[in-house]
Amino acid sequence: MKFSDFVATDAIRSHVDAHTKEGVIREMAQSLVDAGSIAAGDLESIVKAIMKREDLGSTGIGRGVAVPHTKHPSVSRLVGTVAVSHDGVDFESLDGEPVQLFFLLVSPPDRPGDHLRALENISRQLRDETFCRHLKSAKGPMDIQHLLEEADSHGVAS
Amino acid sequence: MSEQVVSREVVVGMPQGLHARPADQLAREARKWQSRIELLSDSQRVDGKSILDVLTLAAEAGTRLVVEATGPDAREALEAIGSLFDRNFNEQEWNEGQ
Repeated sequence: MKFSDFVATDAIRSHVDAHTKEGVIREMAQSLVDAGSIAAGDLESIVKAIMKREDLGSTGIGRGVAVPHTKHPSVSRLVGTVAVSHDGVDFESLDGEPVQLFFLLVSPPDRPGDHLRALENISRQLRDETFCRHLKSAKGPMDIQHLLEEADSHGVAS
Repeated sequence: MSEQVVSREVVVGMPQGLHARPADQLAREARKWQSRIELLSDSQRVDGKSILDVLTLAAEAGTRLVVEATGPDAREALEAIGSLFDRNFNEQEWNEGQ
């Protein structure tokens, strides 16, 4: 699965304002509403579900990256977005490092395979330090979009 | 202390597959041991101490993997990792609301 299969381009944010875990999640979910990927009426329920998932264990997977996510019956296909915090946010990560790079995923409850393949793509691309560094220093959403397209077109994605 | 290499097959029993939370648990457990811990799928060999590596397996429910431990505490490490799979990472306790 490629980034272009699940990332809502219009919801990409290169400068998140929030400095808390919930703040970032809310800002990203709102960006999905603004992009038309999720309904405004589902915003609260989705934020709540993502926070509930975080309570079970942080999705801060190290290297300054977090993948907040949830299943939610309101979506019929996997939707996601990317955001960057230049200051970094405490996400109670596995390695204790503040998180700068966020991939938020909302998936239909009956599609665990899609969710796994999105995680697989994100993890595999993020093992590339250069890719991470460029994402973290992106000046605007277009920079991020181009980086994702470049990662997709390298042809390593399955 | 001698260098031991031990391995065993495990099966991903969780309906959601080896997703972020079990991958996190696995990496945390693997890091407790001195031995190198690797996971082998049909096409990949990854570092069990790296959550990013583990997630690249995209192991769905029913996937068979081989866990290989190499080092002075390999046997104990393998037992600990194997038991995570045997217990399905205690997934049933968490399922609600995930």
